Amino acid sequence: MGFLDNLINGISLGSIYAVIALGYTLVYGIAKMLNFAHGDVIMVGGYLIFTCATTWGLNPYLSLVIAMAGCTVLGILIEKIAYKPLRQATSLSVLITAIGVSYFLQNIALLIFGANPVTFTSIVNLPKISLFDGQIIIKSETTAAIVVSVLIVVGLSLFVGKTKSGRAMLAVSEDKDAAQLMGVNVNRTISLTFAIGSGLAAVAGGLLCSAYPVLSNTTGAMPGIKAFVAAVFGGIGSIPGAMIGGILIGVIEILGRAYISPQLADAIVFAVLIIVLMVKPTGILGKKISEKV
Amino acid sequence: MAMLEIRDLCVNYGMIKALKGISFDVNEGEVIALIGANGAGKTTTLHTITGILSAKSGSVKFEGKELTKTPAHKIVRMGMAHVPEGRRIFQQLTVLDNLKLGAFTRNDAAGIAEDMEKIYGRFPRLAERKTQIAGTLSGGEQQMLAMGRALMSRPKLIVMDEPSMGLSPILVSEIFDIITSIRKDGTTVLLVEQNAKKALSIADRAYVLETGNITLSGKASDLINDEKVRKAYLGE
Repeated sequence: MGFLDNLINGISLGSIYAVIALGYTLVYGIAKMLNFAHGDVIMVGGYLIFTCATTWGLNPYLSLVIAMAGCTVLGILIEKIAYKPLRQATSLSVLITAIGVSYFLQNIALLIFGANPVTFTSIVNLPKISLFDGQIIIKSETTAAIVVSVLIVVGLSLFVGKTKSGRAMLAVSEDKDAAQLMGVNVNRTISLTFAIGSGLAAVAGGLLCSAYPVLSNTTGAMPGIKAFVAAVFGGIGSIPGAMIGGILIGVIEILGRAYISPQLADAIVFAVLIIVLMVKPTGILGKKISEKV
Repeated sequence: MAMLEIRDLCVNYGMIKALKGISFDVNEGEVIALIGANGAGKTTTLHTITGILSAKSGSVKFEGKELTKTPAHKIVRMGMAHVPEGRRIFQQLTVLDNLKLGAFTRNDAAGIAEDMEKIYGRFPRLAERKTQIAGTLSGGEQQMLAMGRALMSRPKLIVMDEPSMGLSPILVSEIFDIITSIRKDGTTVLLVEQNAKKALSIADRAYVLETGNITLSGKASDLINDEKVRKAYLGE
C-alpha cells in the first residue's frame, strides 16, 4: 500500500471518529459531562442496523433511519434516567455513572445478541472510485465516511449558529441560569443535545461497521475512547475541533500502524493525547474554560 | 391588586435561613428599590421571584398567578425579565446574539426587529458593537447589553440586581437615567442596589432588608431623610 492509500484510509477512519467525537463534544459543551457510554450507543446503532437490514431484510438506508431513531430515543432515555438525577452531583459521580451505563449497554447487548461477533453487511452501496488508472482504488465505504462526516459537521455548525434551538444550546453551554432567565428550557436543551449526539452515533455505527464489518458488544468501546481522544485533541466543546481532531487521530493511527508498528498504533494515539494535553491543555481549537465560583 | 405580591417568603440555603418571611408589593408603573447590606438577602429575593431559587414557604404572585412552583424559563414568558447581578451576559456570543437570546420567548419577527432598533436607539454603543463578541465589551457596555437583553422580552416588570456595581460615577449616573427612562416607557422596575442614595433618588418606594427581614419601608423620599437609613446606608 502506498502512502496515499494510507492517508485516504486514515482520513476515512478519522471522519468516523469525527462523527463520534461530535457526540462527546456536544454533550460536554452543553451538559458539562463526559458521556462515556457514547461509544456503546454506536454499538447499539450497529446492532439495530444489522437486525433491520440483515435479519429482517429491510432496505439498508431505511435500516439506518430506524437505527438513528432508536439511538436518539436511547440517548434521551439514558440522560433522563441516569444523568438528570445527578445534575447537581459532583462530576466524579456523573463519570462513574457514565461508565456504569457503558457496561450496562455492553451487557444488555451480550444478553440479546450473544458473545459471538456477527459479520456486518455494508450498508454503503456506491461505486468504487479508481484514480491514476486503477493504481489507487477508493472503496465506497471510505468515500461515504468522508462525505457523510463533512455534511454532518457543516449541518451541525449551521444548526448551532443559525437556529433558535442552536442559540439556546450555546446559551446553556455558557451559563445555565442566565439561559433560563432568557426563557430557555435547560432540561429540554440538554435532552436535545443527547438526542442529536446519539442519532449521530447511529450514523457512526453504520459507517464504522460498514468499513470494519465485525460487530460485537464491545465494538463501540475502543472507537469511542479514540473519538474522545479526538474531541480533546481538537478542543472539547468545539464542533470544528471535533472534525480536525477526528481526522488527525485517524491519520495518525493508520500511518502509525503502517510505518511504525501495527501493535503500537493505539499506544501512539494515546501518546499524542498526552503530548497535546501537556503542550496545549485546551486542545487545538479549545477555548479557555474559566471556572465560576 | 399589586402587580407583584410577596407574602411571608422564606428561603433557605441548606441550614441557613436567607429570607425569614418577607412581604412586599410592587405596583404597576412603580420603581421599587430594595436596599440593604451585603448578605441581607437582596439577590436571594430576586432569584426566588424569577425562579432560579425555590422558596421554602410563602408566596410570590405576579398579576395574581402563583410563581413559587413555576420554573424560571416559564416566568419570562409571563412578562418578567431579570437583569442578574454581575450582568451574566453570554461572553462568547456576539452582542446581536445576546439580544436575540433576550427575545427567545417571542416569535414575532417584525416586533423583535422593531425592539432591536429601539434598543440600539437607547444604547447607541451597542449598535456600533453589534457583531463584537460580548466578552470584549467594557463593564458599562456589558451592563447596557444585560439591560437591553432583558428588554428584548418586552417585560411588564423588570428586576435589576446591582446594575451600578463596579462602574465609574459617570456610568452610574447614566445607568440610573436609563432606569428612569425604562420606567417612563411603562415598564415597572424592581431594583436591588448597594448604591442606596442613587436608588432612593429615582425610586417611588423602598424596602430595607436586614439579614433576611424587611425592617423598614416607605416612600423613597421619606427614607432618604430617615435618620437610621442615613446612618446605615447613606454613610452620613
